[in-house]
Amino acid sequence: MTTSTTTPAGSAIAPRRRRADDVAGLGTVRAGIFVAPALILIGIFLLFPAVWTIWLGMTDYRLTGLQAASPEFVGLDNYVEALTDPSFWNSLWLTLIFVLFSGIIGQTLIGFGLAWSVRNIDGWTKGLIEGLVLAAWVIPASVASFLWLVLLDRRSGTINGLLGTEGTAWLIDHPMQSIIIFNIWVGTAFSMQLFSSALNAVPPSQIESAKMVGATGWQQLRDVIVPNIKGHILTNTLLITLWTFNTFTPYLVTAGGPNGKTEILSVYIYETAIPGGQLGLGAAISLIMLLINLVIALAYVRVSKGRKKR
Amino acid sequence: MAGINATQLVKEYPGGVRGVDEVDVQIHDGEFFALLGPSGCGKTTLLRSIAGLEAITAGSLVIGDRDVTNAEPGARGVAMVFQDYALFPHMDVGDNIAYPLRIKHVGRDERRATAEKVADGLSLQGLIERRPGQLSGGQQQRVALARAVATRPDVLLLDEPLSNLDARLRLEARTFLKELQRDLGVTTVFVTHDQAEALALADRIAVMKAGKLQQIGTPREVFQRPNNTFVAGFIGSNPMNLVETTVTGGGISIGETSVPVPAGTEGLVRDGQTVIWGIRPEYLRWVSSEEPGAIPAEVSVVENLGASVLIAVNASGHKFQVVVPEDHEPAPGDRGWLVPQAAKTLLFDAESTQRIG
Repeated sequence: MTTSTTTPAGSAIAPRRRRADDVAGLGTVRAGIFVAPALILIGIFLLFPAVWTIWLGMTDYRLTGLQAASPEFVGLDNYVEALTDPSFWNSLWLTLIFVLFSGIIGQTLIGFGLAWSVRNIDGWTKGLIEGLVLAAWVIPASVASFLWLVLLDRRSGTINGLLGTEGTAWLIDHPMQSIIIFNIWVGTAFSMQLFSSALNAVPPSQIESAKMVGATGWQQLRDVIVPNIKGHILTNTLLITLWTFNTFTPYLVTAGGPNGKTEILSVYIYETAIPGGQLGLGAAISLIMLLINLVIALAYVRVSKGRKKR
Repeated sequence: MAGINATQLVKEYPGGVRGVDEVDVQIHDGEFFALLGPSGCGKTTLLRSIAGLEAITAGSLVIGDRDVTNAEPGARGVAMVFQDYALFPHMDVGDNIAYPLRIKHVGRDERRATAEKVADGLSLQGLIERRPGQLSGGQQQRVALARAVATRPDVLLLDEPLSNLDARLRLEARTFLKELQRDLGVTTVFVTHDQAEALALADRIAVMKAGKLQQIGTPREVFQRPNNTFVAGFIGSNPMNLVETTVTGGGISIGETSVPVPAGTEGLVRDGQTVIWGIRPEYLRWVSSEEPGAIPAEVSVVENLGASVLIAVNASGHKFQVVVPEDHEPAPGDRGWLVPQAAKTLLFDAESTQRIG
């Protein structure tokens, strides 16, 4: 047979180029070239502004005036100023209330409740409910906030018309409650969708096993549903917390007013930096906000890791 | 302990499809009862109706002396083991087994004690603190069984209890199940699509097709005297040979050969009537020299079954399958004769497919 001699000969004539032993077989240099455009864009639009903000936070840079032309390095003065200013702490407190009620309690619980109740509905009713809730999420924030301005209007508002409470100025009498409900309305769709798919992933036989031993709806929820979707609950809570913490949309409804009653952190930064003109101070508060975000995210990673270990 | 009595049970789905169609079945106290049929025949729907997981459309269901037609699943004294075992992955084995007791507000120490006792009985010693994910398939099944029997139910329902186990483990689990059922003496209903499993385990079998009951009987009855051609073809590891032919001169004509009608059917069939003649492949003998009453045939396919050989033969336009001992294995193209065991033949009406006699 000739095959036994041709095989080694063939491989001697054309020695195979050594493949890099990474998954794609590209080697570091060529892989680097592929990734470079993305890295450059990230550098320009994400990394540079971040570093620039850190720098700004340590200057007395202002929007106008002398310091706009030649800002001076002031070290940690901005941070000291922010952390000793009662209005910063007031804003942080408002933010926490806002996150707690509109994000964690409102969106998560209502989202879960909606997902739970449409779970056994079929056909057009389910589609209609899901469509309506999703619509609130899909509508651009500016449109949604204008919608709510109309809804809550003192003289010809829809809510006043429906409730027969003509003349009630919701945005002035109950500003925080208003933006909380507004944000729930805008954001619940996400939780609902996430929990819908989570509930679909719970094995029906586990729920039926609980039913067979006489577990009530509440017991099924506690013993089967919640343990099965714990990971989803955690992820959802993290995302909702961060989004709500950072959202700026309520500004479009109340502009932080009246009298700073809805001046959550993002609004406070805007008010400080742009109308207030203190760009340096604004940058410093932004960085504090970023650190709070990091702490929240780290706490989540901790909890989720501990969960997996068990 | 209790028997189950279903009367004219109907489960109709939206759209008018009947999963269970007017089923009458009496399951005796302490019986090991199989619901057997091909997939989609309604056997699982019937089991779930007994469990209370499907609302019954019409008819009544009595367990023991209580009408439970509309009772909640948890109020029927019924426990169920699901095909995928449905263990709670976040609870350890002990908590899984004791879960029914937790719902019944039994204290934690007593729950743990009961769980350990039941686990010991099902050879799960030392696994009480494991999570279901750390157990083998067979162990998971025993945990599911333990959870089901921990509350001493009147009725135990098993949905395809052996189908999630690999072939070798299945035989072991089969013996184990039979022992457990005998020891507990609990009325047990199980669903299977595997006729061998039903024959091996059950005291009685209900064969179903398209939501309707075809036959209820002991394994021997459904094997030896199937009610109709469906049951005849479904039961048995090699399906029964069913040949449509006519009655001529008091015998069954297979080509040129006339085979005597089965005992007990004389006088029930008339000359010229179209009938279906049935004989199992095991009851046909393959011989190489002509005998009186033998049917000439030619071998077309030979399949090795290990200790025996299954051959497909052509006999005057009819196809037969024959089980031949391994030592007498013929080759495709061989010619020979089929000798039926007269006492093992059956006759079915060609139109109604019901057994004659």
